[in-house]
Amino acid sequence: MKTSATKQLLDLYKEQSALEDYQSGVPRWCTGCGDNAILAAVQRLCRDEGLRPEKTVFVSGIGCSSRFPHYMKTYGFHGIHGRAFPVAEGVKMARPDLAVFVNTGDGDCCSIGAAHWIHALRYNMNMTVFLHDNQIYGLTKKQASPTSPIGTKSNTTPRGSYLDALNPLTVSLGVSNVSFIAQAVDWIPETLFDIVKAAYHHKGFSFVRIIQRCPEWLPKALEPWLQDPDRVQLVHHTDGIQLSPGLARVYKNQVEHDPMDIHRAREIASNTETIPVGILYRNPNVPCYEDTRHSGALRTAEAIRKNFEAELDKYSV
Amino acid sequence: MTTKRVSKKAGKKTCVTLKEHIVEIISDSGEGAQRCGQSLGSIAARMGNGIWTTEIIPAEIRPPARSVAGASGNRIRIGSGYVTNGGDETDLVVAFNEQVLLGRVNARELKPGCIILLENMWRTHSDPNIAKSYAEAYERLVKAGYKVYEIPMEEECLKLTANARRGKNMFALGILCHIYNFDLQAAREQIALTFGKKEKSVIDANVDLLEAGHKWAEANIDFCFQIPATPTDKKQISINGNTSLALGVMASGMDICAMYPITPATSASHYLSEAFEKVGGIVHQAEDEIAACAFAIGASYAGKCTVTITSGPGYSLKQEAIGLAVMAEIPLVVVNVQRGGPSTGQPTKVEQGDLLTTIFGSHGDAPKVVMAPATIEDCFYSVITARRIAETFNTVVVILSDASLSSSQQPFDRPQFQESWLAPPIDQSPVPEGARPYDWDPVTGIARRFIPGQPGGMHTVTGLAHDRDSHVAYDPDINQEGLRARSLKLAALQKTLLPPEVFGSEKGDLLVIGWGSTKGAIEEAVEALRAEGKKVSSIHLRFLQPMQPGIKDIMKGFKKVMTIETNWSDSPNDQLIDEDSRRYSSLATLLRSRYLVDVDCWTEVRGQPVKPRTIRQVLLNKLEK
Ligand SMILES: Cc1ncc(C[n+]2csc(CCOP(=O)(O)OP(=O)(O)O)c2C)c(N)n1
Ligand code: SF4
Ligand SMILES: [Mg+2]
Repeated sequence: MKTSATKQLLDLYKEQSALEDYQSGVPRWCTGCGDNAILAAVQRLCRDEGLRPEKTVFVSGIGCSSRFPHYMKTYGFHGIHGRAFPVAEGVKMARPDLAVFVNTGDGDCCSIGAAHWIHALRYNMNMTVFLHDNQIYGLTKKQASPTSPIGTKSNTTPRGSYLDALNPLTVSLGVSNVSFIAQAVDWIPETLFDIVKAAYHHKGFSFVRIIQRCPEWLPKALEPWLQDPDRVQLVHHTDGIQLSPGLARVYKNQVEHDPMDIHRAREIASNTETIPVGILYRNPNVPCYEDTRHSGALRTAEAIRKNFEAELDKYSV
Repeated sequence: MTTKRVSKKAGKKTCVTLKEHIVEIISDSGEGAQRCGQSLGSIAARMGNGIWTTEIIPAEIRPPARSVAGASGNRIRIGSGYVTNGGDETDLVVAFNEQVLLGRVNARELKPGCIILLENMWRTHSDPNIAKSYAEAYERLVKAGYKVYEIPMEEECLKLTANARRGKNMFALGILCHIYNFDLQAAREQIALTFGKKEKSVIDANVDLLEAGHKWAEANIDFCFQIPATPTDKKQISINGNTSLALGVMASGMDICAMYPITPATSASHYLSEAFEKVGGIVHQAEDEIAACAFAIGASYAGKCTVTITSGPGYSLKQEAIGLAVMAEIPLVVVNVQRGGPSTGQPTKVEQGDLLTTIFGSHGDAPKVVMAPATIEDCFYSVITARRIAETFNTVVVILSDASLSSSQQPFDRPQFQESWLAPPIDQSPVPEGARPYDWDPVTGIARRFIPGQPGGMHTVTGLAHDRDSHVAYDPDINQEGLRARSLKLAALQKTLLPPEVFGSEKGDLLVIGWGSTKGAIEEAVEALRAEGKKVSSIHLRFLQPMQPGIKDIMKGFKKVMTIETNWSDSPNDQLIDEDSRRYSSLATLLRSRYLVDVDCWTEVRGQPVKPRTIRQVLLNKLEK
């Protein structure tokens, strides 16, 4: 096969990235914490996609999971509890040239930051979001979260939590302008990576809920799903996640689903007995807020001056 | 005081010459008194008169028609020279019904003997109750000594338009142009500018009404005034404080304003949404103030210093995020157009109640810069300065405006655009090897910031205590070091500030200290007392944190020092109040603690700008005590 001269030249400058190029510090998560698996998948994504570390920003809130940016050798913004979305939106609005990622916990996203989450879905800015859902408040030492299943015993609910869990998938799928919803589990690294990758490639607000183990506070919570592979339902499609033969052998509960079908997506998402894993919804045609808002006008000093003088003319006396 | 002298002719009449006059136009909301007032102000300014316009706003969007609490309109103080504040009570009022007028009478806003031009359609109204209440009010006003002129506005306007209710304001404007001897051509031009966006037929219809009013007054009004103008050859603009702030945002080169609607701040964002976006600026209306502030911080972090505009309750919501910006050392400009508090308080009324919460707010030690514009012109330049300071010191700058500045209008010299006002382009150069993201200077505390996109500068900013590498600090000494650096930055800024100018002599019996929108009224009172030989001077602080140098030395030149503010302070006359229990006003508290000087205070929280006359009396009392 012939290669064009331009491509050859470009290849000359192509940088090879290694995993170490994205690794920073030693994660301080507990042994067996699902966050480690998410970190591994994301670092692999950065390497495989050759993301420029200086052009990449990881934004987070507060929580165990929000420590994530510290372990990436990119730019990072470890902010305040619940406010990762608006910070990330500001970054993206000011600098559409940057690749923006958000790491948020179930308390961070679905409780204190819930208003921002709903509106972030609606803004549909181009960023990739990982909801590290361990169904508990990790950092503050075991309090029930909005996604804790009813009856979860915690330090604030010693006799079991009182309310039915909020389902981040169905909530997200109910918001106008939603454009990408997927679910992964930390213990199937292969699909976790595939989903992370698909999310990164989607232009828009890619929301990935990752069911994440917290061996420290809820060591047994996910046992039933880990023990019984049939309680994990692989959602696949030619336009979604494809199953490797190895995976298909272990996880026999599979469903084919077209990610453009939002009604079916909501149905699958409502399933709590089994955990659906895959891309539930993807619509590449939803406009991104930053594109809508950037008029394309050049912010030159001359343009600003002209506009300013014209405004002053209006108020001249 | 006002001097009267007979001169100048308007038509056949002989006009009385005045140094200044305060005119008010009031109606039910939606009847256009606001527009009439604004236009009158602009026409006066075109004539070369000094003006200060103050909006009269009812608390509700649509209060019931003809209600005492429903007055909506504008008050214009027209002077020979530069006018620095709204002044005392009104000299002449145009009222579209007697009820809104009674509201102003009850609020003691009219001068004794004030001239009243009153719409008379109510006298013959088909509803006998209305006709009765009009007749009673008329009697009461005449008895009280007001000079009431009944004007058939509706009747006259109906000759020109089917919808007299909408046209009355321009008819009234015509009457006022005659009374004040304003050039009709200037008025026509002002109308063309005001309705610039509308079709020509709309402009023509309004001009017809204006001319009709003028003609009617010529034939039927037996007095007129002349306020000699002192025109400058400098070009001037006339705007309110919020427009001024918004123009400052545009001229500072900031690209993004993130906000959530709240009175009385919103009009700045309305204006920006209109004017700023034409050249690629963005106004982001966030889902709440927390998001607005976090959005602004994100944009600033990414290299574009951003502004977020709000008022008291919204400022409270932003406090945690402001602490983050201080901790992470991200430049940010926050505008707080103060209103009455606490809670929803008096949303349309003025107060200077947020000074201490701004300086000490957020949590832990969160040092930030706090500035307060004192004039409409200041509003403009303070934004440019704030952006510059925020980016030089990588910190938060809060601009404390207020409801009075926000809606008052005053002409000032047209700003001459300078390219140096604009933010520099985002630094995307590689970071030198070994450079650290928080390499605090041991003397100034300032560190060079690395911005996303800069190769080699990768780090994670964090609201957690962190070291020079932006790593989470586990060592107790590091927290101490970070707090020191962030505090030193304020000292570094402080060393660049100039002492405040003394208004009056450097020595005397009483020094008055103010901040924010009260400047004009304080100085007017001080000037009046000085003319009577009283040894009073004043200073006005533009920086509240850090404070300008030299203040203590200035205070030493006076026997007594006091502040005049519009926030709460306990009155020593109350039974339980003594030195042990008295809560001082905000600025007095700051001055007392910093300079160990016995600074007294007088404050008022009536939601209105303090009147020069009131201040004058307060200062006299203080001098005598
Ligand atoms: C305004 C505020 N409120 C409360 C906290 C305390 N806080 C820190 S993390 C957290 C919950 C974290 O839970 P989650 O978001 O699920 O993250 P996880 O630790 O489980 O990853 C809370 C309540 C805080 N930092 N800030
Ligand atoms: S507490 Fe739970 S979530 Fe936090 S690091 Fe440990 S295992 Fe992970
Ligand atoms: Mg959690």
